[in-house]
Amino acid sequence: MTETIAILVSMILAATPLLFAALGEVITEKSGVLNLGVEGMMLAGAVTGFAVAASGYGPWLAIVCAALAGAAMAAIFGLLTLLLLANQVATGLALTMFGIGLSALVGKPFVGVPLEKLPSLPIPGLSRLPFVGPLLFQHDGLVYLAVLLTAAVHLFLTRSRAGLVVRAVGENHDAAHSLGFPVRLIRFGCVLFGGAMAGLGGAYLSLAYTPMWAQNMTAGRGWIALALVVFATWKPWRVLAGALLFGGFTIAQLHAQGLGLAVPPEFLAMLPYLATVLVLVLISRDAARIRLSAPACIGKQFHPDD
Amino acid sequence: MLRLEARAHPSTTALLLSPLLAIALTLLSGMVLFAVLGFDPVKTLAAYFLKPLDSLYGLSELTVKATPLLLCAIGLALGFRANIWNIGAEGQFIMGAIAGSGVALFLRPEHGASWVLPAMFLAGALGGMAWAAFPAVLKLRFNASEILTSLMLTYVADLFLRWLVNGPWRDPDGYNFPQSRMFEPDVVIPPLLDGTRLGFGAVLALAVALGGWFLLSRTFLGFQIKVIGLTAAAAGYAGFNRARITWMSLMLSGGLAGIAGLNEVAGPIGQLTPFVSPGYGFTAIIVAFLGRLHPFGILLASLMLALTYLGGESAQIALGLPVAVTNVFQGMLLFFLLACEVLIRYRLRRQYRREA
Repeated sequence: MTETIAILVSMILAATPLLFAALGEVITEKSGVLNLGVEGMMLAGAVTGFAVAASGYGPWLAIVCAALAGAAMAAIFGLLTLLLLANQVATGLALTMFGIGLSALVGKPFVGVPLEKLPSLPIPGLSRLPFVGPLLFQHDGLVYLAVLLTAAVHLFLTRSRAGLVVRAVGENHDAAHSLGFPVRLIRFGCVLFGGAMAGLGGAYLSLAYTPMWAQNMTAGRGWIALALVVFATWKPWRVLAGALLFGGFTIAQLHAQGLGLAVPPEFLAMLPYLATVLVLVLISRDAARIRLSAPACIGKQFHPDD
Repeated sequence: MLRLEARAHPSTTALLLSPLLAIALTLLSGMVLFAVLGFDPVKTLAAYFLKPLDSLYGLSELTVKATPLLLCAIGLALGFRANIWNIGAEGQFIMGAIAGSGVALFLRPEHGASWVLPAMFLAGALGGMAWAAFPAVLKLRFNASEILTSLMLTYVADLFLRWLVNGPWRDPDGYNFPQSRMFEPDVVIPPLLDGTRLGFGAVLALAVALGGWFLLSRTFLGFQIKVIGLTAAAAGYAGFNRARITWMSLMLSGGLAGIAGLNEVAGPIGQLTPFVSPGYGFTAIIVAFLGRLHPFGILLASLMLALTYLGGESAQIALGLPVAVTNVFQGMLLFFLLACEVLIRYRLRRQYRREA
């Protein structure tokens, strides 16, 4: 019983950084912008969060700064693609490379520095429940925040006027422009939100999941988050389900190693990446479904005079 | 207020000047970055970009580093032109290195060394092509984004390489270092110049650049690639076979990346190690863009980016600057490049308040 709980809990923890990053990208993509720089923004968040926390400013300021760092990276992307009409795919790749380099540079003095793990906040009463308590209500604050944000993003997109405007901008920017909506400004806001969320995902890695800083510590999670958005057909609750699934793949390798399976660790470590490819294939196979769910203007440039 | 106004025709001047402007802006920001890090900007910049070039050996190393970049970037550019985003050249590079090393390690040269090296090049190309075939099939058959699949497969290739050099292919006399045996001297590419590591690969890369130019500007396939990239709809009406172009561009870029990988292990490195590539496959993406997806531009760009690798090493030795600065430089260069590209299609105009 306790072992089942332990496995499920580690699944939730592995899912959390993916959930943050993918939720942010859902909003970005819903507004019609494809930002492939998630990996770079996550690294910026991870290193900033760690640096602030390790310098003794406390975990909460660290989390805020990580989100700001992610947003700052996203702002570069936004300026280039929205104002200067740069190619979104190429700019996203540049953002990732820049993030890898910059985080390694900034993080150099923090390699090997120990850090206390983000404290867990058991929810009074609920955390005492059998099974459900240790499973759901004894996590750190960021795990709760991720779930709350899933609900918030869902409600924003489906129940709020602002969410409707974001979707309109992503579906048909010319129509939204004709109605007088500031297309580029709205998109810029969504890109910033995506960056802040990726920053939070990175901070979760360096503050809670493995409290340390190592170069390139996201290990492709930013890209997995991008795949997750497609997998979830841009729906927040499905992002949550998908993140748990990928969390499962990530911890499966650890547990398989623990069970003493005769499979080399390198092959087990391939699991999350291969699973991403497999899941992407299964979901994309239905081209009509992707076409219906994907924002129609994704990746397309918008210039008000054209 | 400044405002962007669409040009009637793309400007040729801006087309040629935009990469130069981007380089200049990168150098300027680099100086700011160095100053922030507490280094003397001018001295650091000199150590970074001039010091590596002050000897014949330095120049030959520049070519050694430019070779894999050029090989990968030519292939990638063909794909990018057709809107096929293979960003997994790094993985294809690794698989090429692995396949070629397999031939070098297990077909012993006593069988007659003269054909082993060509066989290694063939294996390298096939290894890279095989790895690029996955994104191609998954895209064409299952509609899966080649951006994500090719990148995911890069991680898989890297782990596979680690397994090989830690397990079955590890040198039994190598003091437990995760690397293969050194290749027999007969299957290592001999240097063209004594005292350098400059091999036949550089000549091959030049030939590939020429071939790429010929393909793009003088063949029907090249024409199809360009049309698909510019207006997919027109290509559809013209009856161009999209699937075929997707296959061709992924096979070409995968094969060239594989050859580049093989050329590294059989040339400058001489064995299979976990560090066959310092990110050549990713940097090649920048090279392709800096060269404006034109083979001759890419040739110049590969030298420029090779210099950032050399500069990173030189600045690390001379000033203790972290190697990661190289990635920062490369990322910034691509940013500025993409930003300056806007000047090709748009012009900056001062905006006056409109009269009511």
